[in-house]
Amino acid sequence: MIDYQPVLLANIGKKDSHALAVYEAGGGYRTLKKVLGGTSPADVAAAVRASGLRGRGGAGFATGLKWSFIPDRYSGQIYMCVNADESEPGTFCNRVLMELDPHQVLEGIILSCFATAADTAYIYLRCEYPLAYKRLQAAIGECRAAGYLGENILGSGFSLEIHIHRGAAAYVCGEETGLIESIEGKRACPRIKPPFPAVEGLFGKPTIVNNIETLACVTHIMTRGVDWFRSMGTPSDPKNPRDPGSYGPKIFGISGHVNKPGYYEAPLGITTRELINDFGGGVWKGRRAKAAVPGGISTGLLTEAEFDLPLDFTGPIKAGCLGLGTGCMVVLDETYPIIDFLHNSCRFFNHESCGQCTPCREGTRWALELVQRIRAGRGRILDLDLLLEIADGIGIIPGTTICGLADGAAWPIKMAIRKFRDELEEYIKQTNPDGYASTEPALATAQ
Amino acid sequence: MAIVLIDQREIEIGDDEHLNGIEAAERAGIEIPHYCWHPGLSVAGSCRMCLVEMGTRDPGTGEISMLPKLVPACKTRATDGIVFVTNSEKVQRARAMVEEDLLLRHPIDCPICDKAGECSLQDYHFKYGRDRRRADIRPFTSRRREVGPEITLFVDRCVQCTRCVRFTREISGTSELFLSGRGADGEIAVMPGFPLNNKLSGNVVDLCPVGALGDKDFLYQQRVWFLERHAAVCTGCATGCSIWIEENEDRVWRVKPRENPHVNHWWICNDGRYGYSHVHDSRRLTVPRRRDGDSAAVVDWTGLPELLKSRLRESGRLAAVLSPFLTVEEAYLLAKFVRQLDPQAQLALGPVPTVGEDEEFGNQFSISAEKCPNRLGVEQVIAHFTGQVITFEQFLDELEEGSIKAAWVSGGYKSDWIDEPTARKFSGLEMLVVQDLFASPLSQLATFELPGAAPAERAGSYVNRADRLQSIRRAVRPPGGVRVEGSLYWDLLAMQGLYNAPAALDEVIERIGYFAAAAPGVPESGIDLKVNLLADSGGLDKLDQA
Repeated sequence: MIDYQPVLLANIGKKDSHALAVYEAGGGYRTLKKVLGGTSPADVAAAVRASGLRGRGGAGFATGLKWSFIPDRYSGQIYMCVNADESEPGTFCNRVLMELDPHQVLEGIILSCFATAADTAYIYLRCEYPLAYKRLQAAIGECRAAGYLGENILGSGFSLEIHIHRGAAAYVCGEETGLIESIEGKRACPRIKPPFPAVEGLFGKPTIVNNIETLACVTHIMTRGVDWFRSMGTPSDPKNPRDPGSYGPKIFGISGHVNKPGYYEAPLGITTRELINDFGGGVWKGRRAKAAVPGGISTGLLTEAEFDLPLDFTGPIKAGCLGLGTGCMVVLDETYPIIDFLHNSCRFFNHESCGQCTPCREGTRWALELVQRIRAGRGRILDLDLLLEIADGIGIIPGTTICGLADGAAWPIKMAIRKFRDELEEYIKQTNPDGYASTEPALATAQ
Repeated sequence: MAIVLIDQREIEIGDDEHLNGIEAAERAGIEIPHYCWHPGLSVAGSCRMCLVEMGTRDPGTGEISMLPKLVPACKTRATDGIVFVTNSEKVQRARAMVEEDLLLRHPIDCPICDKAGECSLQDYHFKYGRDRRRADIRPFTSRRREVGPEITLFVDRCVQCTRCVRFTREISGTSELFLSGRGADGEIAVMPGFPLNNKLSGNVVDLCPVGALGDKDFLYQQRVWFLERHAAVCTGCATGCSIWIEENEDRVWRVKPRENPHVNHWWICNDGRYGYSHVHDSRRLTVPRRRDGDSAAVVDWTGLPELLKSRLRESGRLAAVLSPFLTVEEAYLLAKFVRQLDPQAQLALGPVPTVGEDEEFGNQFSISAEKCPNRLGVEQVIAHFTGQVITFEQFLDELEEGSIKAAWVSGGYKSDWIDEPTARKFSGLEMLVVQDLFASPLSQLATFELPGAAPAERAGSYVNRADRLQSIRRAVRPPGGVRVEGSLYWDLLAMQGLYNAPAALDEVIERIGYFAAAAPGVPESGIDLKVNLLADSGGLDKLDQA
């Protein structure tokens, strides 16, 4: 068991942890007062940059770097969009923050808006989180009454309004430009980049889009300092110049076939095995694990043999996964058929593709119908190669789509087939003993 | 000057030009296939057919570094040092994948699809697609849905390029069309009670790269490969849009916009698009008639020009009403003819039909209130001969004075243009020649009622409201018995050979200063005669100084 005292989740065990009084009693808003009392916005931004904080939403982009993309000497309107559209399957770590400790989130938002000179923030909240909506809305009210929000906060001259925008249950709204389109009242079709949101975002103005957990970390960086933050995690790999390192605490979720599913806080860099055994209480029913999804279904699969890789921003990539993702793991035990995983992920991404780009719109549908046919007992071995080819044709990594949703749709297909090809082939042979070896380009008996 | 390297060919791009990859490649004669991009609409970048490899060339060393991923050429500006590769294996693979994707659920009902033969999906599939189908996807469906009075939608042929949606938002400004549903379930749709019903709606059919949006007027009428297209000018209003008249065996089947950056860009209005029905109207006049008292007799064209000439010469003071539907050449020849018979002959402009006010749309497209093609051109001809322009109303007053003894009235209007009380003012004439498309109260009074030609049957030039002269050739032959105005006037003036519009225009240019700018020849997109007017008034010098 690793020795770690939770920071992000420090308050959640308290009674009425969502109330302002409880949060303040635990030292809440002290940092805000201190910062507004004399620290310059540039110093806050510099601290965040120095901390090496990377976005907790999935892509792991350096937060300080993102903030620095706002054009120099720009003096007009800047928006902050807070991405709380947590809709990656298997992910629930933002939910706990918003429901049980909304003030921690708000303090982070206020500090970040101060650092980026944004005077309006929108929290884009997943519509399936009614309690989070209620708690956040109440917390905003408490903040306004206490003078932490509104005009001239704590006499600092800095003003901020926070609005909650509830989504309508679309996965693609979690993509930052899809989110912006949605707030603007349009269909959530991600925009072509460049221009990036930091230059031309919400309503055509420079906009910073950050995840809830990322912003919660900002509070702790300002409270405990950059050195504290950098004392946790995995330092950058000197052999990989593109790896800035993974620092700080992270909320890991664990669900699926484990004894104690839930959310747990740990420093970045713990291994999958530690997470499953130390926090998740081991695989259920005394079984062995077959695989685990490292951070949301779009990141792919880790096999049991890869469980010792660290869960940081580069660890899962070494095993071919898309990345750490959201850090919310789904564990599959040894009895779980991979074809079901494949079907589930294909169904999800086909349903959630916004439909703009041809390869994603049609490719996800094609993959789904192929997998459905395999499950219906009419699969062929060559379908697996076709599936791989379809998956390779989808995504911003070959450059065929506007946003990264397509990569997320392709990855689980690629991972499942590359890592569990034997099992899938065996499944096809058993369910379609007469036709599995057919090499006709298309089935004559298409239905 | 920017230098762009496309497939190892260097293309020069001017400093004030903003070209994307597709346009720059076009300049090099290289086609980059695309569905969603259209020069007149905003960039969607979503069909992913125009993906190319992109890199940059170091200006110092000339070294080229390529991006690892593909970029959409429609959204990538061709700036100095940019390198595009459009024919690599990677690009070809991406195109084949997009084609395969688009055909997954396409009904492939080309044999009954109007678009077949001019369909991007078809053409690109043959050029860039795979030769065998690998997908075995659910049964094809072929649903049809009405979206407006002129337009019908074949839902399953759609490739979701959203050109039509963007058109209704950006050009017509009416926003009737939208994409309903998400992902593979997306469909173009209209809201109940709000059909696609605007003055430019026909353009969505031209924009549709596949056969999803169909024109009800053209639906199932002709296979497009039987059609022959002729460059023409729309005569519906004074805007003078460049159009294609598409005909098969002298029957006009449809009218399409012809790209002209000076007039209509890529669009035409529905009035122009569907306004050709009068060409094949069964009520058209098709034989010349001679009327004595109450009895009218069909006469033969043989000898008719001579007869007309001698009768007019005997009649005394002459007048001609020049319709704003005449071409410049025809107006000039008719005016010249009557002035030859009577040097004092009066020349008047025919009625100028006006409906409402000018209407403006996106891309500076506009529909004129003045519903005739050539008022300016005819006015200039009249002014050349008489020194002033007499309107139709002024001419009617002059008729009542009684000094005019004989008149030649040219019509050519697509609908009723003269009422009975007005026509009666012509009843005192000794001789009246009326040349028109349809019978009218005036033609009932005519001594000679001559059938006239429809615009698609004429050759000549029109001057639009912005002083742009455009020349057209004949698209279809007139029905038997009809003599095109220009050819009749040519005979009346006893000129050599057959009617020759370019030769007539040369004479006009020589005689009338206003038309001088057309002297070097008239390009496809027409020529701006104002340049000449500016020169006359010293305006060019002023422009230079400015």
